[in-house]
Amino acid sequence: MIVKREKLTFWERLYLPALLGGFKITARHLANTLFKGNNAAKKTSDGYYPEVPWTVGQNYRGAPYLVKDQEGHTKCVSCQLCEFVCPPKAIKIIPPGPDGPIADRPNAEKMPLEFEIDMLRCIFCGFCQEVCPEEAIFLQKDYSLTGLSRAEMIYNKEKLLALGGTHAGVQKWKHKLEEAKEQEMFPVKQ
Amino acid sequence: MNWEFLIISLVKIICVIVPVLTMVAYAVLAERKISAWIQDRVGPNRTAPPLALKIPVLGKLLQSWGVFQPMADGLKFILKEDFTPNYVHKAYFWLAPAISMVPAFLVLAVIPFGSKLGNEQMVIANLDVGILYTFGIVSLSVYGIVLAGYASNSKYPFLGGIRASAQMISYEIAMGMSVIPLFLIVGDLNLGQVTAWQANNGWLILYSPISFVIFLIAAFAETNRLPFDLPESETELVGGYHTEYSSMKFALFFLGEYAAMIAVSAMMVTLFFGGWTLPGIGEPANSLFVGLLHIGIFVAKMLALMVVFIWVRWMLPRFRYDQLMDLGWRRFIPLALLNILVTAVVLWMQANG
Repeated sequence: MIVKREKLTFWERLYLPALLGGFKITARHLANTLFKGNNAAKKTSDGYYPEVPWTVGQNYRGAPYLVKDQEGHTKCVSCQLCEFVCPPKAIKIIPPGPDGPIADRPNAEKMPLEFEIDMLRCIFCGFCQEVCPEEAIFLQKDYSLTGLSRAEMIYNKEKLLALGGTHAGVQKWKHKLEEAKEQEMFPVKQ
Repeated sequence: MNWEFLIISLVKIICVIVPVLTMVAYAVLAERKISAWIQDRVGPNRTAPPLALKIPVLGKLLQSWGVFQPMADGLKFILKEDFTPNYVHKAYFWLAPAISMVPAFLVLAVIPFGSKLGNEQMVIANLDVGILYTFGIVSLSVYGIVLAGYASNSKYPFLGGIRASAQMISYEIAMGMSVIPLFLIVGDLNLGQVTAWQANNGWLILYSPISFVIFLIAAFAETNRLPFDLPESETELVGGYHTEYSSMKFALFFLGEYAAMIAVSAMMVTLFFGGWTLPGIGEPANSLFVGLLHIGIFVAKMLALMVVFIWVRWMLPRFRYDQLMDLGWRRFIPLALLNILVTAVVLWMQANG
């Protein structure tokens, strides 16, 4: 496509109309901010950021945390899909291995021995949430993560679970357990 | 050796350099505040040393104006790691920030910033070739930028350096030619005499407004300010010539830029706005109070021009490089030549009756 450039008039080529327009806009904003207190922070809330935290939108992608199900069990089954998909390689999972502890939830094969997210690397992209087959990791609303050292910014399993809270989703494994039980009780027709 | 002259000059130098450095720091604050207001923000309003907050009402007020921000900024620059990449040309890399900063301060030497305090003229060096000296020194500042671009041995600073050299040399010509009509009118190159002439005959901006327009726009280009900040254009060249610089070395470039702004503002006040005079106040001071008043007038005019500089930065988008060159060579230089010609002809006709 060819965009036709309009030939500027002599007056416009002097740059003066642009200058005038710029001056008018900036002067208006300056006056509004100075004399009417009409600034961006005041428009959206009653105060400024550190005192009055910013309320994020419904679909905001903040820091990813692990969630528990309604019965307080860890949902993660240590499949390591999120670790694989993570673009900045922020997630590190240590699976239990053959001799490790069994999962705290009936009918699940395993749970991670350790689950770490390096929040300094994490880019809040949401791939982990997208890829998780267990709905165990979610990007939540936290946007202001701070720490005094690099080590402090690596969140481990306990911290992630504590921050993540409970997720009221489908309890896939509970459902499967019930299904299996029902199947056993199913009267087989001769 | 004339000791009295030496000591008085030294005192004058200190009395100029220290306020100018302070002014640089607060120009940065003004820049941040004004940009914030224009963009519907509030600007720096958090920094304050703990002790200052103990003052009942004033402490909070000063904090919300951001008065302590420059101190924090300065401290940050000093304490930051001064990183020298291992691929740079070390000697030039160290030299460049100094070279870009020094000329701006040297220019201030010939500016008459007041009439008299006691028996002393308020100008560091009362040169008869004042304006020639100024242009000689101002053109040196391009070396700092070119050297920084070359010494960094990296593509973005290099492009920034090239742009800077072409831009500054082009606009140097327009700037130099724009002031010739003034000296045709005044008949003297001494900036003190220029001020005195304006006290008697009115400000030179009234005699030669085209000179002022060309000088103002060339000044924007000379100080690398928007709309002509192509040497450092962040969106294209990362940081331009100072991409590889950090800490105090970067701060020197920063300082140089703002000091150059102050110097150019001071020049404009002297050349076009009557220096320390106001209509009605033109006699050299005979008392201490009047002397200080004259300095106050000069500084007030200068600060007003600084605000113009800052405001324009947030008003206009950056020029394209070909537009910049077009404006410099094909518009301003012919216009400046025409301006000289017309002024000369008018003066000649007046002289011949």
